[in-house]
Amino acid sequence: MSAVVVAVLCIGFAAALVCLVAPPVVMKAVTIIAGVGSLGLALSLVPTVATRDVTASHYLRVDALSLVFVLATAVIYALVSVYTVGYVEGEHGGQDVERYLRRFYVGINVFGASMLAAPLVDGLALLWIAIEVTTVVSALLVAIDISDTATEAAWKYLLIASVGLGVALLATIVMDYAGSQVFGTSFDLSYLPLIHAGHQLPATPVRLAFVLAVMGFGTKVGLVPMHTWLPDAHAEAPTPVSAMLSGALLTTSFYAVLRYFQIARGALGSAFPREVMLAFGIVSLLLAALYLLDQHDIKRLFAYSSIEHMGVLTIGMSFASPLALFGVLLHVIAHAAAKGNAFMGAGVMVRKYGGKRLADYRGGLSLLPWTGPLLLASVLALSASPPSAIFRSEFSIVAGGFADGGNAAAAVLVALVTVAFVGLTLASTRILFAAPPRPGPGADSPLYHPGEPSIWMVIPMVGGVAILVLLGVHVPGDLAHVLSRGAAELGGAR
Amino acid sequence: MHPVPSVFEGASNTIAVLVLLTEFAMLRAALLRAQLRLYAAQSLLLSALAIVVAASRHVPELYVLAGLSFVLKVVIVPWVVTRLLRDTSTEIAGSGALGVASEVLVALVAAAFGFFAIGALNIHSRVLPKTALSLAFAVVLVAFVLIIVRSDLISQAVGFFSLENGVSLASLVVASGLPLILEVAFLFDLLVAVVIFGVLARVTHGRSGSMSTTMLNALRG
Repeated sequence: MSAVVVAVLCIGFAAALVCLVAPPVVMKAVTIIAGVGSLGLALSLVPTVATRDVTASHYLRVDALSLVFVLATAVIYALVSVYTVGYVEGEHGGQDVERYLRRFYVGINVFGASMLAAPLVDGLALLWIAIEVTTVVSALLVAIDISDTATEAAWKYLLIASVGLGVALLATIVMDYAGSQVFGTSFDLSYLPLIHAGHQLPATPVRLAFVLAVMGFGTKVGLVPMHTWLPDAHAEAPTPVSAMLSGALLTTSFYAVLRYFQIARGALGSAFPREVMLAFGIVSLLLAALYLLDQHDIKRLFAYSSIEHMGVLTIGMSFASPLALFGVLLHVIAHAAAKGNAFMGAGVMVRKYGGKRLADYRGGLSLLPWTGPLLLASVLALSASPPSAIFRSEFSIVAGGFADGGNAAAAVLVALVTVAFVGLTLASTRILFAAPPRPGPGADSPLYHPGEPSIWMVIPMVGGVAILVLLGVHVPGDLAHVLSRGAAELGGAR
Repeated sequence: MHPVPSVFEGASNTIAVLVLLTEFAMLRAALLRAQLRLYAAQSLLLSALAIVVAASRHVPELYVLAGLSFVLKVVIVPWVVTRLLRDTSTEIAGSGALGVASEVLVALVAAAFGFFAIGALNIHSRVLPKTALSLAFAVVLVAFVLIIVRSDLISQAVGFFSLENGVSLASLVVASGLPLILEVAFLFDLLVAVVIFGVLARVTHGRSGSMSTTMLNALRG
């Protein structure tokens, strides 16, 4: 099994190397192989990790918690690898096509691979390095279209995320100090010793490290008030990159927060870390829900919805019951599929209508026979309507919250998620159900003819909706075991 | 009774104070070249601190780290940024949101907050010079102020690099046992960040003809 872990780690980087030299057709094929392959490999780990952890060498270790995040990233990587084929057909921003394609594909693969690496590595320092790599790669991908707004978004993103990661590095250092009080100086920050050390760790440094980590990595999670880069980067990036940012990057950073949560919980007891998570979660959810009510740009709309969902995850972590933690982990995978889908649908709309303004979109259901319904399904899924997996996960979080005695927090969660639901559905109903634009002077433009821009952009959305419905109706046995084990790891049961 | 500080403690505290002073000097430097020189000086101080720690704690790997960090932060980064300045013929830092005097006052408050807050946490041990850790947090906070009040790309980038210096300071005094490979990875990472900051700054300059961030205002809401 450890060979599989190494394969998951290497497949994306290998694909990136091939893309450095290969002709465009090969780039596309190799990326699809790497994306879908990494999902297959990650799935093949599920039965084993349902019962035990897998280690490979001294530096790689997969437990249930990390596998959940590997799966989420692999889902997005697989969907996006297919979607990109359709996306790049019409986009190269006036640059040399082959050079643009090469940059794009190398970037996508390195980005995917580094996000897969983050949950696989065993140790806070390696984790920091992996997440920093995701930052620099994705900043370049955000800027790849070299427009004014893309450069502005990339600069903001790079500066804010780098500063955030500087703070996260401080957290790593303070945690190293805390660990070296127990283990001596030859200690390498791997997770298990830190988690098992429990009360032996000095309390104040752990507390400091945890808060610094929530702020530092929380910058990349998009927690309010460190979220300001997020809507810009998500809106200005090319759509496949937006999908990866939202579906995988945010949760990968959230994974880093969870590792600190585990350690802090062992050392300090659960009250302090839970209170911190609750505070950040409520503020994030509140602000995002309000912003969702008044958005004019489809990609910004979904970006704020990402902040909303990160808020839900963070509040979920403040509930102690295993049911809520199970919901949090399921939510990570479900959000990846749903938000990936939403952005991919938004990308088709942008292509079809030639802009991101929501006001210009009319009659999506009749003009886009596949994307219209699929986008509707994704938006409903995002707003936690049954039978989507997000309904199941949010239901578990709320039920867990009430069971745990966190009545007020759970009630606030329900209220704010409802506000977000109103914002999302209002905007998307207008797009989809309003009458299509009347054929005017330019009646022969493709806008007025029903039809999809590219079949490659539809296939992954079908896949995403399938995953959402499957997980919503029934979580397969082994995956359910993995999620329960992960919840137990988070709950400090080991 | 206060015990007499050891040579190590004295040296590391002195260097940490100097690092903080260079950070303040960067805050009031109006010429980008001057700011860059101060950054190089600050990095040089950190390399010196690494040697002090290596000698007094007997951590030979830190000599390697001191060498690498010297090459990267004292030579390569300033060289890359200087070339960027020359190519874009930019010299003067964008006037900040505040006047220099108010900037320094705000930074003083931030630094004092960091210094005393960390001091009040009472993180102590036999080997740790407590003051240096507080100073490192003060450096980080002043770097925050620098990034926030300056309105040109170069100052912001250099502000970020000096923030990283503050973090390195903390890592040297608190976590000198951090494996060398990780420290090297951190440095490599800084190198990549420098290159990408440079690419983005060049693109922005190419499009708007200036290095000012006041042009970057299209995205809001």
